[in-house]
Amino acid sequence: MQLGKLAGLQECDVPLRNIFGDALLDLVRENPRVVVLDGDLGNSTKTEYVRQEFPERFFNIGIAESNLVGVGAGMAGAGFYPFIVSFSSFLLCNAYDQIRLAVAMSDIDATIVGSHGGITLGKDGPTQMGIEDLALMGGLPTFTIIVPGDPASMQAAVRAAPNIKGPVFIRSSRVPMPYIYPEKNTPFVVGKANRVREGNDLTIIGCGMMVSAGLDAAAILAKKGIEARVVDLHSLRPLDREEIIAAAEETGAVVCAEEHLLQGGMGSNVARVVAESHPVPMRFVGLADTYVESGDPWELLEKYHLTAADIAQKGEEVVKVKAGA
Amino acid sequence: MDKTDNISIEELAGIAKELRLDILEMTTRAGSGHPSSSWSAVEIVTALYFGGVLRYKPQDPWWDERDRFIMSKGHAAPLLYAALARAGYFDLKELSRLREAGSPVQGHPIRGLMPGVEATTGSLGQGLSLGIGHVLGGRLAGKKFHVFVLLGDGECEAGQIWEAAMSAAHFKTGNLVAILDYNKYQETGPISREIGLEPLVEKWHSFGWNVHEVNGHDLQAVLGILHLAKQLEATGIPQMIIAHTIKGKGVSFVEADFTFHGRALTLEQAELAREEINAAG
Ligand SMILES: Cc1ncc(C[n+]2csc(CCOP(=O)(O)OP(=O)(O)O)c2C)c(N)n1
Ligand SMILES: [Mg+2]
Repeated sequence: MQLGKLAGLQECDVPLRNIFGDALLDLVRENPRVVVLDGDLGNSTKTEYVRQEFPERFFNIGIAESNLVGVGAGMAGAGFYPFIVSFSSFLLCNAYDQIRLAVAMSDIDATIVGSHGGITLGKDGPTQMGIEDLALMGGLPTFTIIVPGDPASMQAAVRAAPNIKGPVFIRSSRVPMPYIYPEKNTPFVVGKANRVREGNDLTIIGCGMMVSAGLDAAAILAKKGIEARVVDLHSLRPLDREEIIAAAEETGAVVCAEEHLLQGGMGSNVARVVAESHPVPMRFVGLADTYVESGDPWELLEKYHLTAADIAQKGEEVVKVKAGA
Repeated sequence: MDKTDNISIEELAGIAKELRLDILEMTTRAGSGHPSSSWSAVEIVTALYFGGVLRYKPQDPWWDERDRFIMSKGHAAPLLYAALARAGYFDLKELSRLREAGSPVQGHPIRGLMPGVEATTGSLGQGLSLGIGHVLGGRLAGKKFHVFVLLGDGECEAGQIWEAAMSAAHFKTGNLVAILDYNKYQETGPISREIGLEPLVEKWHSFGWNVHEVNGHDLQAVLGILHLAKQLEATGIPQMIIAHTIKGKGVSFVEADFTFHGRALTLEQAELAREEINAAG
């Protein structure tokens, strides 16, 4: 299964983490205030690009995530703009209280990048997977939360981050994601969802790699005469309520898809808006209460029902419910 | 246990060689994993499981007076699985399913998924605290056993290690033995370049531990120090064995290149590695 193929998206053979690393290097070149801190994973997160070119603005704080966050926050206090980077799981789970006090409550300007989000890091298994990162970020009210779903939006998110007031979280990924947007002039505005396909029978709302999967699902549904609108909800905070309400009002059925636990992720945020504005039938694609084992990423996505086919199936279901069948 | 009480060093060396080969085959087949981190601690784990140090019953894996072994540097899971299989906990053929979807032989250890896997690890820094808990629980329950924890040197950058270090001494955990796989490298570079740990002996000493140093690939020496550490239980002082090791030990081109961290070998590299391990004395 090749992500985005059914939808005719242009393939990108570079993993999203490398796109992130390059974008970060560009930012460091342009903006002398930006510093980068990592937790001994620069080879995996790709902050190593910055380390190679700007060793004096790169800090490996080691296998010590609490210290990593604290030191990064301190550098913000000293006038720099820190990018604090590691695997989503280690960073958020190990250093949550440090993120909470020194970053979120202090409302400092800083970006935390959670790499290897979701289950597609694959074979390293559940201790390394960040399947609860968006829920944890949700518990930190001052954070802007961005989940880019293609190379161009990752580049745009990295560029945008230092101009955002307060702390920012960006989720990065080990796998490549196809192009949804052109690399130049990407329509990416933080907090503004992108409608990437028109349709009136239902809306598929996704973030991260599930945007491409959602477009593939729309292609599957189109063959059955169902036209799905697809929305890239790359920002979970601020949440684009207008676009969500429009989806509910204009299409009358919503499927949410994310590479994350169903509990506390994107879908629950969308559901809250739908429930209080314009309740319509909804379905959710994500991880039910479970940890995911080691395995080939694509095999795992199938096993845990996170594919385009799964989204399409929920789409058919929700359209039936809407029709009162 | 009985069968390992009077084992010769030659026989132990033979087991160490088998473990090295198991690790190679498992990670090559999976196409990922941490062979260099596993090879670094082969002699330590061989001495523990096959040199009569650990008391265990593969047929009764959760026997409540078993000695505990906690693989805190969880990315060395292939080594743990290979040792458990060869110790009789489960069939050797399970090893070939490392990192496969649906397999209990996970990329990092998950407690209880396979018999003998004592702790869920893979987020570094957590194993020593678990070890202290086993000691305190055993004390409360009136059970007699030793607890062994294998730590990475990079892992010792984690704050929790030093929280545990402090509490281990406070609680007089004389039956706790930590072994530090001091291979001088972490993931992205030499320890001394990234986050220096020295003076390491003095650090552990000042945290209230009795510190030993050993060549971590000298089976005789490792075995001797492990037995000694056990005998020192009555002192009530936790025992730290700093084992000087070589990351990737046994495969020269891996020893020479730290960027092999977290990488499986290619099929051609694996062929060379196999020859080298087999040819070693
Ligand atoms: C909390 C945490 N942070 C980061 C990692 C990623 N990681 C896996 S292995 C490793 C390096 C470990 O170095 P060391 O402890 O020296 O073990 P070695 O492989 O050298 O035996 C890192 C940083 C992790 N597993 N856990
Ligand atoms: Mg090391």
